[in-house]
Formats: sequence, C-alpha cells, structure tokens
Amino acid sequence: MIGAGILKGMAVTARNFIGSYFEADRLTTIQYPEERDKISESYRNFPFLVYDGDDPDAGLRCTSCKICEKECPPQIIYIVQDRDEKGKALKHPKVFDIDISVCMGCQICVEVCPFDSIKMDKSFELSKPERFRSLLLHKSDLAKSNSYYHEISPTQATEVDEALAAAAAKKKEKAKTP
Amino acid sequence: MINGLDQIFVIAKGLLLSLLWWAPAWVVQVVSAFVNIAAVLAVFLTLFALISVFERKILARIQNRYGPNRVGPFGLLQPVADGIKMLVKEDIVPRGADKVVHFLAPIAMVAPAILALGVIPYGRNMTAFSIDAGILFFFAVGSATELSVFMAGWSSNNKYSMLGAMRAIAQMVSYEMPLIVTVLPVVMIAGSLSPDRIVDAQAGYILGLIPKWFVLTPWGAAAFLLFFTASLVESNRTPFDLPEGESELVAGHMTEYSGFKYATFFMAEYFGMFAVSGMAVTLFLGGWHAPTAFLQFIPSWIWFFSKLSVLLFTFIWIRGTLPRIRIDQTMKLAWTFMLPMAFTCVIAAAVWHYAAGGILGWLESLAIVSLVYAGLSQILGARRNLSVRIYRFAE
Repeated sequence: MIGAGILKGMAVTARNFIGSYFEADRLTTIQYPEERDKISESYRNFPFLVYDGDDPDAGLRCTSCKICEKECPPQIIYIVQDRDEKGKALKHPKVFDIDISVCMGCQICVEVCPFDSIKMDKSFELSKPERFRSLLLHKSDLAKSNSYYHEISPTQATEVDEALAAAAAKKKEKAKTP
Repeated sequence: MINGLDQIFVIAKGLLLSLLWWAPAWVVQVVSAFVNIAAVLAVFLTLFALISVFERKILARIQNRYGPNRVGPFGLLQPVADGIKMLVKEDIVPRGADKVVHFLAPIAMVAPAILALGVIPYGRNMTAFSIDAGILFFFAVGSATELSVFMAGWSSNNKYSMLGAMRAIAQMVSYEMPLIVTVLPVVMIAGSLSPDRIVDAQAGYILGLIPKWFVLTPWGAAAFLLFFTASLVESNRTPFDLPEGESELVAGHMTEYSGFKYATFFMAEYFGMFAVSGMAVTLFLGGWHAPTAFLQFIPSWIWFFSKLSVLLFTFIWIRGTLPRIRIDQTMKLAWTFMLPMAFTCVIAAAVWHYAAGGILGWLESLAIVSLVYAGLSQILGARRNLSVRIYRFAE
C-alpha cells in the first residue's frame, strides 16, 4: 500500500520527539558553558612550567638548560639564562617565553626535560582578543604550582614527585658516603 | 460571559469603530478594513516568529538535540536575534540581475500569501474579508506565487535560481490540479464557495459527540490527506522542497537573495503554509467548531488556532521525517496517484450525497475510495520493478 512506509517513518520520529522529553539519556548534548564534560587525564594541549613551594619565580624547577629550546620542532621556546650581579650564570631562567599560537602540542619539550620542569597543561579556554602578543606566554603566565599539576593529572604528578624524591634521596646517600 | 469571550475581538473592533460615530459610512468601512488587515498581520507575524523558533526546536527534538535555547527564556527571543541579523545584513543584488524584477519578486511573493489569509474564518464572525467566492479567491491568489517564484529565478541571472524556479513552476502547476480537485467535493456537499458557509455546513454533532466535520467521512478523509500532501508541495516544504534543494541547487530561487529580501521570502513561505493549513482546517476540520458539543464553551478562535497548530506541527514533523524526493518521483506522484485519487473523492462525495449521508452512503463512499486506493497501490507498486543494483567497476 502506498504510504505505509511513510507512517512507519513518522512513528519513528514521533518516538524520538516524545522520548527526548522523558528519557534523559537520549539527549547527549553537553551544554558547554554551563555543563562541562570530564576531560580525560591523558588530554594535553600546551606546555607550562612547574614550580615548587609558594614563590612562582624562585620555585621554578627550570634550570635554564635550554634543551627544550633546542628540541622544540617549531622553535617557539625562547630562554635567557639569569645571572647574578657578578655576571655568573644562575640555574634559573630570566626570560622564558612560549608562543602558543605556533605550538603544536607535540610534548617533545616535556620528554626531553631532565628536571621535570615543563609539563603539558589542560586549559583550553584560551581565546584572546589579539593574535600575536596575547598568545605569547611569558614566564609569569607559564609558571603554575605543583599542586595545580597534581590537580590536572594526578597519576603523572605523583610519579614525578616519587621520582624526584628518589633522586634526591640517592643524591643525599651519595653525599653521605663519599 | 462565554459568548463575550468568544466574540471578544469582534466586540473590541465594534468599540473601536464606535469612536467614529461622526464619520460618514464609507470612512467607517475603510477603517474597519484596515483594522482587519492590522489584526491579520499582527497575528500571523507573531505566529511566524513563534514557528521559526518552534520549528527548529521540534526538529532538534526529533533528532535528540536541544535546539535553540540561548536567547531569552528557552530560546524564545531567537526570532528577535534572527530579525536583527537579517535587517543589518548587506542587501546584495547581482550585477547581471534584472534589478526591478529582482526587487519586486519578494513583494510579489508575500502579498498573495497575506491576501489568501484574509478569507479564512478564524472564529465565529471573525472572517477578515467575507467573500462569496472565497475559495475561488484563495486559490486564485495562491497560484500567483508561481509567478513570483519565477520572477525571482529569472531576474537573479543565475543558473541555480533559474533551475529552482523551473522546478517550482513544474511541481506547483502539477499539484494545483489535485489541490483544487480535492476541494471540489467539499464545495459540492456544502453547496457554496464561501468559507463561512462551508464552516457552517460542518456545524452540529451526531449524538453530541461526533462532529460533522468533512474529514470524518471517507471521501473527506481521503480528500484531506490529498489536500495536505498537495499543500506540502504548494508551500515548498520537505519532502517536496525541490525548488530550493540545498544539495543540488544551493537555495534555488533564493540563491541570489540576502538580508531582508531573503527574510521576506522566508516569511512568504511560512505565510503560505499558514494560509493553506488554515484552508485545510476550514474545508475539512470543521473550521472553528469544537470537536464535541460540551467543549463549545471554549472560544471558537482557540479551536481554530489549535487545529492550525496541529497541522503546522504535522508540517514540521514531516520535515523531520521524510527525505527530499526526486523531481521525476514528484511528478509521477502528482499525475499517477494524486489526480486519480482526487477524482475518486469527487465521485465518492457524489455517491455520499445521493445516498443522503446515511450509513449506506458512508459505506459506499468508503468502498469506492478504498477500492481505487488499493487498485492504484497495486498498479503503481507492480510497475516499480525494483532489483538489487549490481555495481560494475572497470574491468
């Protein structure tokens, strides 16, 4: 009979229409600014610098070894080593800039860092009114505390903390028994 | 009180006109006409704004989404945002376009749709312009839409517009036949071309429960379905929205329109939908009559607009269900199925009329309609000759 298929189709859409008001699991949309989906722990986008303690500048783990600067494929890391009054190099960066408008999130800087100082961030709401200067992050923008790192990726942060503690203990042991 | 609520708009208009006690009669008539025009425009512009957001919400719900819910409470102010966007957009006219016709086409499209809205009875004593041959007037101005679609397609100087307009002409002319032939049985039974008289012919109830609407007779039900299908085509709605098939014609005759002219086309399309749904309510669904005798205390205009909303919901529901069909399928449906069925409705109505509307006439007309329907289904189904398509690649 002509029209039987149409009625069947209409029944399907009617079921979907009515069902969407009564069955919560039909509506898979997450209404973003109000609701937020849980971000996977392995999610990453741009790098940031970890600091220990309370001072975001003095507590930086970065020793300004510049390995990440050399390894970065798009060459977006710029580091200037800090020096004291006499001109002696310090294990601390004076300038640490990352241009996240070019960053491709490859995580190579994180892989090569011997001091577990640079890690990948999860903040994705990075829209800015200006293209160039506001996407060039400076040391002050990049420095984030170790507790923040624990917050965004607890498993990795704990592993890093354990490894660092083990290394410190080994060093102490070595210093004790020359 | 009940009667007062039913006639509230008629009384309001009477009060408004009584302010003109000093004026000559022709001034009162002109003012009365303008009040009617203003009322029709206000009601249907509001309805247009509402349906533009509700259509999107209903389609979204059919696809298990939320739909627009950002602007205002539940997204109800979305039409305001859309309207502002349309108004501030640049109005682009192609260099090669026929500028006068290009400008006139949207106006020529929306004017007949508004004219057609004028003859529909919205409630007891609530016909904006009661014309004796209202039905004839409705379909006469309705067919002017074809001209304006072709004006838009031709003047745009664009191949997509032209193809879209040609498709529109082809399908609208083809479906005008079944659309008007399905109206014939109603006119025959009611014995009048006036919408008010047709509504009156559907008054009364059997045992106080079953209304005497034409849709509840076998010929009426068949004619209503055919009329509804044809009205889908006439208002360019899915599954017959070939003139503006996005996948092949960009937007058909509306391709070269932007800004408020585009919005006018959009408005005309919806006004056409309101008009043709209102006509379906008037012809088959008993106009402003309540479905049962004891529900008559609810004002007549509420009944009319609830029936209209049901039909509009069905329009949207169909849009959410059926995919667009091909132009050859559209044409085949018109000439091989719709037209024979429409004539069958006329014959069935005649049989019903001569059997004096008794149970025998009911059964006879049901038999005629269902026999022809079954026969046509057999013939058209058999000719289809479907088989599994074998794909042959380069060997």
